[in-house]
Amino acid sequence: MNETSGPHIPRTPPRRSATFDEYSIAEIQRAAATGIYDIRGGGAKRKLPHFDDLLFLGASVSRYPLEGYRERCGTDVVLGTRFAKKPIHLKIPVTIAGMSFGALSGQAKEALGRGATLVGTSTTTGDGGMTPEERGHSQTLVYQYLPSRYGMNLADLRKADAIEVVIGQGAKPGGGGMLLGQKISPRVAQMRNLPEGIDQRSACRHPDWTGPDDLEIKILELRELTNWEKPIYIKVGASRPYYDTALAVKAGADVVVLDGMQGGTAATQEVFIEHVGLPILAAIRPAVRALQDLGLHRKVQLIVSGGIRSGADVAKALALGADAVAIGTAALIAIGDNAPEWESEYQKLGSTAGCYDDWHEGRDPAGITTQDPVLAARLDPVKAGRRLANYLSVLTLEAQAIARACGKSHLHNLEPEDLVALTIEAAAMAQVPLAGTEWIPGKTGI
Amino acid sequence: MSSALKEMTRIEAVTFDLGKEKLRDLSVALHALTPQSNQTSWHILNPRGQHAVAVGVTVPVGIHIDGHVGYYCAGMNDGAVITIEGNAGPGVAENMMSGIVHVKGDASQAAGATAHGGLLIIDGNASARCGISMKGIDIVVKGSVGHMSAFMAQSGNLVILGDAGEALGDSLYEAKIFCAGTPASLGADCEEKTMTDEDRAILAALLERSGAKADVAAFKLYGSARTLYHFHVDNAGAY
Repeated sequence: MNETSGPHIPRTPPRRSATFDEYSIAEIQRAAATGIYDIRGGGAKRKLPHFDDLLFLGASVSRYPLEGYRERCGTDVVLGTRFAKKPIHLKIPVTIAGMSFGALSGQAKEALGRGATLVGTSTTTGDGGMTPEERGHSQTLVYQYLPSRYGMNLADLRKADAIEVVIGQGAKPGGGGMLLGQKISPRVAQMRNLPEGIDQRSACRHPDWTGPDDLEIKILELRELTNWEKPIYIKVGASRPYYDTALAVKAGADVVVLDGMQGGTAATQEVFIEHVGLPILAAIRPAVRALQDLGLHRKVQLIVSGGIRSGADVAKALALGADAVAIGTAALIAIGDNAPEWESEYQKLGSTAGCYDDWHEGRDPAGITTQDPVLAARLDPVKAGRRLANYLSVLTLEAQAIARACGKSHLHNLEPEDLVALTIEAAAMAQVPLAGTEWIPGKTGI
Repeated sequence: MSSALKEMTRIEAVTFDLGKEKLRDLSVALHALTPQSNQTSWHILNPRGQHAVAVGVTVPVGIHIDGHVGYYCAGMNDGAVITIEGNAGPGVAENMMSGIVHVKGDASQAAGATAHGGLLIIDGNASARCGISMKGIDIVVKGSVGHMSAFMAQSGNLVILGDAGEALGDSLYEAKIFCAGTPASLGADCEEKTMTDEDRAILAALLERSGAKADVAAFKLYGSARTLYHFHVDNAGAY
């Protein structure tokens, strides 16, 4: 024994706080250095109850399945059957969510239009108006009617196939939008009637109506403007889905779009994204119940979004009662967002492939969330559109595989009875039994 | 035949009674008009506060509405000259692209909201949020306007012969506000500006076009201080 060192005293290893974890400490340090909240793109990144917490039961003695490669499993959906003279008929129940030219490059918008059109589904404009390229490449285009009304004009309204009145989105229910100066290019500025290079704010409330009674009159105006032809969607961020759905129906919606907190945004405060709203799993059943209570389930269609990644997610959303889903983040990934080929550039930006979310800065190496013409030129809209079409096809095939295994001849025949939950929380939210039991928390006894 | 006589024979006056016929039928008739149509003068009777009257007209016809209208009258107008012989509900001439809308009475909230062009004349007062998010329209209010008028107004001109309510021009972009009376208060980032000869010319022209009797010298100009154009921690208290 070394006389100077004394007896060896075991030491505990450094222990990180579960409360003040690595991310929390870094955020406190960042906030202290800058004095301003963190802004980023994307949706909630925290672990949330989600479709992964549900399982399909599949066919068994009491159910028989359909042959995977021989028996038909329909995938089409008709949206806007309540009042619109010209409802939309899509080949697959997976639509592309609203994303603006401005937030995205022109090439990215074109790619979304090309991919969606190849498989027979719709794309959606965003906060910034409709570009001729977008209209040209999207066979079915939904035109968003937002509080800012940037780029809103009668000619484009009449060119749309449907109108989506946006009240909120899942990443920020109750919040307005922002597009920082780096992305207010001359063309974006011109479309939005704004000075170039400023940090643009979008209002959180519509300028000429405030509540559901006013909204009903606004919808009347939109229908008169467009000869009652276009389906009118109402999009809400998931927060009070039962009442929001009921009021949207009362206001005259043909379609309700419900976006969970995993749904992405172009730019919002991190604290807003992670702490406001509901995960989509918790929102679908109350919305469906509202439609059922009004006798309008499947008559007013329900589109849900926020964290849809796979055909299993599509099938689960439909089984819970949705008519279709919308994808945003997944569509961007499909066309090239966060691709490993740009890893060295992500690292220069302080990120890594798979984590990059500083979409508001306009420096996206993949050329998608940018207005920089050099970066945007990296995205080939034809090839990217093909990738999106491939991905949408896979989503559909996967959902069909599950539906056939459950003995369903159409995706819309999936039902809650086909599902069980792996956790008590998911069972309560999805209102399906905990696996291995008949227990639906809040609904049945133990 | 003289050109004046040719013009007279081209014009066919149409009377539409909303007390007897449906709004839907009016919209269909107005939207069927083309630039070559000879039905260039429309007289709408008994609107009785109905909403969405004469919306989305895209040809330069004259439309005279004999009575009060509800929400969104002349919404998205693109070229028509629409006169309302009465009061207008919320959102009159909302998102107008071009043309003229003339309210002979008072207007409710959000008059001219988000409108890109054209001229909105209000002979009486306008309620809250007049010219909210305006994007190029010219608005002349011969009375006073309510609170938060020209909120987030992006471009165009708002002329107020009377007073303005609280928070005039809050979060203003590049729209100009001419006010002859007294604003109760100015909103965030709105400040009084020095009026240039160009500004005076714009104002004089709008007063003349709208038939407003007022002296240019009586007005003050308000515009954006542009301190909120970029997010900065020191501006956090302004919102």
